[in-house]
Amino acid sequence: MTIDAMGAVGARMAAGFAQSARVFTLGWPPSLALVIAGVIIVALMAYALLAGADFGGGVWDLLASGPRRDAQRALVAHAIGPIWEANHVWLIIIVVLLFSCFPVAFARLAVVLHIPFTLLLIGIVMRGSAFIFRANDSAHSDVQERWGRIFAIASVVTPVILGIVIGAIASEGVGRAPIGVAGATFAQQYLAPWLTPFAFAVGALALALFAFLAAVYLTVEAAADRPLQEDFRRRALAAAAGVFVTAVVALWAAHLTAPRVRDALVWTSWAIPFHLATGAAAVTAIAALLTRAYRVARVAAAAQVVLILSGWAIAQYPYLVPPTMTVAGVAAPHDTLELILVALALGGLVLFPSLGYLYRVFKGRDAVAASR
Amino acid sequence: MNDLLAARSQMGMSLAFHIIFAVVGIGMPALMVIAETRWRRTGDAHYLELAKRWAKGTAILFAVGAVSGTVLSFELGLLWPRFMQYAGAIIGMPFSLEGFAFFTEAIFLGVYLYGWDRVSPRAHLAAGVIVAISGAISGVFVVIANAWMNTPAGFRLVDGLPTDVHPLRAMATPAAFPETLHMTIAAYAATGLVVAGIHAFMLLRDPRNAFHRRALLVSLLVGAPAAVLQPFSGDISARYVARWQPIKLAAMEGDFTTQRGAPLHIGGIPDEARRVTRGAIEIPYGLSLLAFHDPTAVVQGLGDFPPDRWPPVAITHIAFDIMVGLGSLMAVISAWALVVVARKREPADSRPLLWALTAIAPAGFIAVEAGWTVTEVGRQPWIVYGIMRTADAVTPMPGLVVPFVTFTLLYCFLGVTVAWLLYQQVIKSPRVGQHAPAT
Ligand code: HDD
Ligand code: HEM
Ligand code: HEM
Repeated sequence: MTIDAMGAVGARMAAGFAQSARVFTLGWPPSLALVIAGVIIVALMAYALLAGADFGGGVWDLLASGPRRDAQRALVAHAIGPIWEANHVWLIIIVVLLFSCFPVAFARLAVVLHIPFTLLLIGIVMRGSAFIFRANDSAHSDVQERWGRIFAIASVVTPVILGIVIGAIASEGVGRAPIGVAGATFAQQYLAPWLTPFAFAVGALALALFAFLAAVYLTVEAAADRPLQEDFRRRALAAAAGVFVTAVVALWAAHLTAPRVRDALVWTSWAIPFHLATGAAAVTAIAALLTRAYRVARVAAAAQVVLILSGWAIAQYPYLVPPTMTVAGVAAPHDTLELILVALALGGLVLFPSLGYLYRVFKGRDAVAASR
Repeated sequence: MNDLLAARSQMGMSLAFHIIFAVVGIGMPALMVIAETRWRRTGDAHYLELAKRWAKGTAILFAVGAVSGTVLSFELGLLWPRFMQYAGAIIGMPFSLEGFAFFTEAIFLGVYLYGWDRVSPRAHLAAGVIVAISGAISGVFVVIANAWMNTPAGFRLVDGLPTDVHPLRAMATPAAFPETLHMTIAAYAATGLVVAGIHAFMLLRDPRNAFHRRALLVSLLVGAPAAVLQPFSGDISARYVARWQPIKLAAMEGDFTTQRGAPLHIGGIPDEARRVTRGAIEIPYGLSLLAFHDPTAVVQGLGDFPPDRWPPVAITHIAFDIMVGLGSLMAVISAWALVVVARKREPADSRPLLWALTAIAPAGFIAVEAGWTVTEVGRQPWIVYGIMRTADAVTPMPGLVVPFVTFTLLYCFLGVTVAWLLYQQVIKSPRVGQHAPAT
């Protein structure tokens, strides 16, 4: 049997699933498949806002400089220590929901993006283990330096690859890859879909966004140490500029190699209000940083990331993997979707109070004040 | 190395690596919670010291467990996309539930490790209890997914495609109870006895050390009862295998011919070409008795099945013997330790017992690896037993030897580093006299 998702069997499975899924409409109530796709996007937002900032922390570890270099690194380590493992679970939830609820799409992503996913995993493994090794290995400065270096480099590489993956999906590279087509070369099947200017531009944008988020969050964490807070304020402003530049580059790259993304982002009816909202969030964040209203900056920066990700989601609606796999077309059978939604609801009852507790203990106003 | 072999090797290597951390992630929180409870009850500061030191080790092991587990959840797709495309909708349920168990575990582990003076004593202990429970539950959910691969149910095949999917029925398969029970007990047995072995070793050098004496007691409390129960749970597993996967049972035993009143083979090397197992000790009627609880029951041999459905017989048989051999040893030594404790003696005062515990310290982990080899290799050539062949599930991506070698090197590096860091922790162990623990 040959591979599909890929080919004949994948198409037949998708057709079978589509029959058992409800007819796909935008009406109310939305289809189960659409609700779960929405949950996946929300989980991705949570991952970007929480784990993304942990990665961004690693960027600032790498770029730590000046008289307060060690204090900067210590603040980063202190900020992410208790929470990074919980933040990381969002990624697992995304993967699990993808393979349970959209198995055919998951299979296609895993085949076409084998190489970037492998690199992503190496980054995740190195980042997590080097962080914990640094905390537990000997206090010798060269040992610490070595683990810190690995942690920081992995923190830079991983977000870029995450962005590449999203760019490759959005630009239809994954959907169009000629997997298993007679005569297709290795490069056409496994490299070309993601080795594109657009994918790399999205990678750079992801890195800039995560670094921006981290710097903004760290201004709040550094409340008790004014000079340190100023360090991160300057870094946040620099990263905001980076976000702007990379976003423009990504739009330009879309213009060149991903025309459908460009069309969705420029010509659709929702595009203008959307860009206005994103711009407003960005301007608010910068203004708040300039006036040292750090908690406002934090909210605005988060809003900006949420808006960018929703923009991507809306731009590729109704496709999960454009231009062939729609959310409804590749959804798992109705029974599975229904049960998973029930599981999600019950899980949420446990999860959200627990998460709230975690952040209250380590990130609440008292906690930040007490720890300094 | 062809791509299929590379994919299988990568999967097996990643799981063999992850399972060590998973087992520790189930077992260690139980030890920490017991030590902390004892401290709160007795005020004996050694117990606090113990809980803190164990927590430090657990932090390292848990982090590596989390990242290697993440690798696994991607590898299911990266290596076996055809399997996931087919099975994702059927076994997604246990994996989704597991995701929430991971969340709970990671959240409260953060509270436990970093919250010693951030939360109230009661909340701290409660966090530890939640970590222990959710760790065990995550293990149960993944193993339920594996049980489905052994005894698939909860769907109908129409034209070779799964339809009428019932995710809950797919969770309640015949293998689910035996496997989850056996795995959970294995986690406590392996963790408890490895910790007991380490402290027993330290006590051999430093017999009066109060810290190690308490550590030995707590770890035996978790490890020894589990190790004594494990052969009984193994018997339940063997009977489900006999009923649902007769080829696997035949391979486990190296049995080539069908017999009424089949003997049990211990040791020996199966020779697939000649269809004999040489050098084994035979216990008359043993297998029929164990597998079916009836000395005259008929046990099918491999000869009853076409050779293209045989798993690698020698690996399965030898791995099974290793597991059962070590399991019996662990059970006997644990029973001895329990007798010592029941007679109100200190296990630390019996040097022969300390030697024995030191000798079997790694046995639980070796048995875990061997047991999984039996389950997974014994299921070959199927990835979903009787339904999908492993060869049909592998990704079309060529050159899989590259990721296999990459991850192997990466994991070797991580393994050595973790071992080194833990070794550092152990040799820093407090010695009597120099040691005045703070409260
Ligand atoms: C501490 C570890 C440990 C110990 C002492 C034992 N086992 Fe085990 N065994 C495992 C750890 C394990 C395991 C790694 O956890 C497995 C793999 C899959 C599973 O459910 O448990 C396993 C699988 C496994 C299977 C295969 C189940 C399948 O294919 O699905 C059988 C028949 C047994 N065991 C039987 C035994 C017997 C008769 C033992 C007698 C002493 C024994 N085990 C001790
Ligand atoms: C619930 C958990 C598990 C799942 C879902 C799972 C899944 C898989 C899959 C998809 C394969 C590839 C197909 C095959 O060769 O059979 C595989 C192979 C393998 N797994 Fe598992 N596995 C699980 C648990 C484990 C554990 C814990 C171990 C060991 C420590 C393990 C050891 C192996 C080995 C050694 C192979 C290679 C088999 C061969 O090459 O013959 N598995 N498993
Ligand atoms: C294909 C098989 C498997 C997959 C995909 C998988 C996936 C994962 C993932 C993603 C994590 C990280 C969770 C976190 O971030 O905290 C993890 C950790 C864990 N896994 Fe696995 N796992 C597999 C096999 C197993 C098996 C067979 C067990 C059986 C006991 C197990 C038990 C655990 C436990 C207890 C943890 C908690 C973390 C730790 O203690 O290190 N897993 N696994």
